[in-house]
Amino acid sequence: MTFAIAAPAANTAMIVTASLLGVFAALRLADVVPNRRFSFRIGPVSALIQSRVIVIGVAGLILAGTLLVIGLIVGDFPIGAWDALGEAFWARGGEFDFIVNTLRFPRVTVAILAGMCLGMSGAIFQALINNPLVSPDIIGVNTGAAVFAVLVLATGKNIGLLPVAAFGGALGAAAIIYLLAWKRGVSGSRLVLVGVGVQALLGAVITFITVRFPIERIAAAARWQAGSLFGVSWEDARTLTIGLLLLTPAAFVLTQRLRLLQLGDEAAAGLGIHVERDRLALIAVASGLAAVAVAVTGPLGFVALLVPHMVRLMVGQLTGGTLLLTAVGGGAFLLSADLIAQRLFAPTSLPAGVVTGAIGGPYFLFLLARYNRAL
Amino acid sequence: MHSESDAPTLSTEDLTLSYGGPNIVTKLGIVIPPGEITAIIGANGCGKSTLLRAMARLLRPVSGAVILDGEAINEQPTKAVARRLGLLPQAPRAPEGVIVSDLVRRGRYPHQKVFQQWSPRDEEACERAMRLTDMLKFEERPVDELSGGQRQRAWIAMALAQDTPLMLLDEPTTYLDIAHQIDVLELLKQLNANEGRTIVMVLHDLNLASRYANHLVAVADGGIVAEGVPGEVITSEIVERVFGLPTVVIEDPVTGSPLCVPAIS
Ligand SMILES: Nc1ncnc2c1ncn2[C@@H]1O[C@H](COP(=O)(O)OP(=O)(O)O)[C@@H](O)[C@H]1O
Ligand SMILES: [Mg+2]
Repeated sequence: MTFAIAAPAANTAMIVTASLLGVFAALRLADVVPNRRFSFRIGPVSALIQSRVIVIGVAGLILAGTLLVIGLIVGDFPIGAWDALGEAFWARGGEFDFIVNTLRFPRVTVAILAGMCLGMSGAIFQALINNPLVSPDIIGVNTGAAVFAVLVLATGKNIGLLPVAAFGGALGAAAIIYLLAWKRGVSGSRLVLVGVGVQALLGAVITFITVRFPIERIAAAARWQAGSLFGVSWEDARTLTIGLLLLTPAAFVLTQRLRLLQLGDEAAAGLGIHVERDRLALIAVASGLAAVAVAVTGPLGFVALLVPHMVRLMVGQLTGGTLLLTAVGGGAFLLSADLIAQRLFAPTSLPAGVVTGAIGGPYFLFLLARYNRAL
Repeated sequence: MHSESDAPTLSTEDLTLSYGGPNIVTKLGIVIPPGEITAIIGANGCGKSTLLRAMARLLRPVSGAVILDGEAINEQPTKAVARRLGLLPQAPRAPEGVIVSDLVRRGRYPHQKVFQQWSPRDEEACERAMRLTDMLKFEERPVDELSGGQRQRAWIAMALAQDTPLMLLDEPTTYLDIAHQIDVLELLKQLNANEGRTIVMVLHDLNLASRYANHLVAVADGGIVAEGVPGEVITSEIVERVFGLPTVVIEDPVTGSPLCVPAIS
């Protein structure tokens, strides 16, 4: 383990740089794809579709599929591609059943699903606040989840409670911040300010818990706070799937109204939406999406911030189509981050949150400088 | 073009408005003449925007009501109202990077459903809105990169795409130079003349208001001071009462409408 950490410093830098280059190459490549809009009409169903959303969406799906297969193959115990796929899909219960179907398959699935949740959640918050620098964290989803998760871990309570506690904490914090920000309606900037205040308070609560309880339990709490996909199961995948099945249609429908809210409350109300009700619904749906992901994986930094931002640079403003594209992008991004996290210091694996942060941080600084005007 | 039964009627009854503090508008009754251009004039802060907001159901009255097509506007489904009445707020702002055609498309919301977001009618209405406002050539340009006059036309195009027989506009000419002000007002006049759209706007230039509106409403102290054709409303007594400024009213040499000149030298 010691040599594993000492040797690959150069390796780390290389992989992070390579990922960053990959991200920018994707942005560049997207510019080449024609961004024409065409009308899609079948019977009463109609939509305006951007060719670039389709092309990049398909590319993203292929990427996610490829990464999924890679995730089944690679690991401390490499398995041939054919054997791994067979074990996962058509010949279960064989020699590699445990490794493929208990360890790897659920993990890649959870990575994709959690990434989808975070991507869509971030897209909604960024459009709602009209600021690409925000992510679901502003409404306290991560900190709220952390308070309860840390409490469960520190007191040594049943670990099965953890996702439930984290989910409750995430939504609880979001509700408190929303209510405190209410003053004849909720504005984006007040939401951000109140969010910062409440989160500082919750941060103090976490610190208090960590100094009060035995150190060995606190270590587990610290690991949870880094955000990791270690040890996730099919049950986690099911939780995420239910969350996505409930919230994605709602998010899709609400996106039309979100596009009006972006024009300001007066214009939005004039175009026939219920401004406060729809804004609350959007905050609830976006917080819910983030909360489900956080409950399963812990807080994973930058996914909800970087992916929607990238998608906007590639295809433009938020629409129903780009919302779904952001989901695909989030899945592919989190899965690649987790694969890097597993293999970078193999046989020691890192929490995925470390890698999303290591890629997300520099990417974002670079973007800040480069797309100054667009921010 | 709208048939008689189609012409919307908008009026207020004993309308009292406030933002939680003192009343901004008290017991105000006003009937918007259908198929005409009405301009609301009055001093800064006298409640013109507040009145317009209430007429567009954005502000719930303390008492009284706004009546659209015979029914209290706040009692009607808001999306249905949005098909009858459109609003262009004062100084609206588009989010960064939104292109003109995207902005205009958002105006179609009241006519759309979840799975019906781009019907041939939507497409026609957007195309037409951009043609009338001369915005087709800027279709792909971000709204925040346009000049003030172009930006205002982009927003008017959005309001046009909404395709309502009744349009409320709050100071559609602010920040525009005189030529662009005339541009916008000529466009509204055309929409009124060619399509019979009823237009209600807040204007602070009295001379442009009397030139382009058939009906003027002068507001002060939360109530109506005078109402009627420009020739009746724009007199030095009324202007002095509304703005506290002595003026001389002469005849506009071009249109014959009243022209108001400050009597201070
Ligand atoms: N959102 C608001 N909250 C509280 N008071 C307001 C608000 N908007 C306007 N007011 C007050 O209402 C009065 C009328 O404002 P407004 O209708 O905007 O005037 P006008 O459009 O005629 O210049 C002003 O005294 C203003 O301060
Ligand atoms: Mg005003």
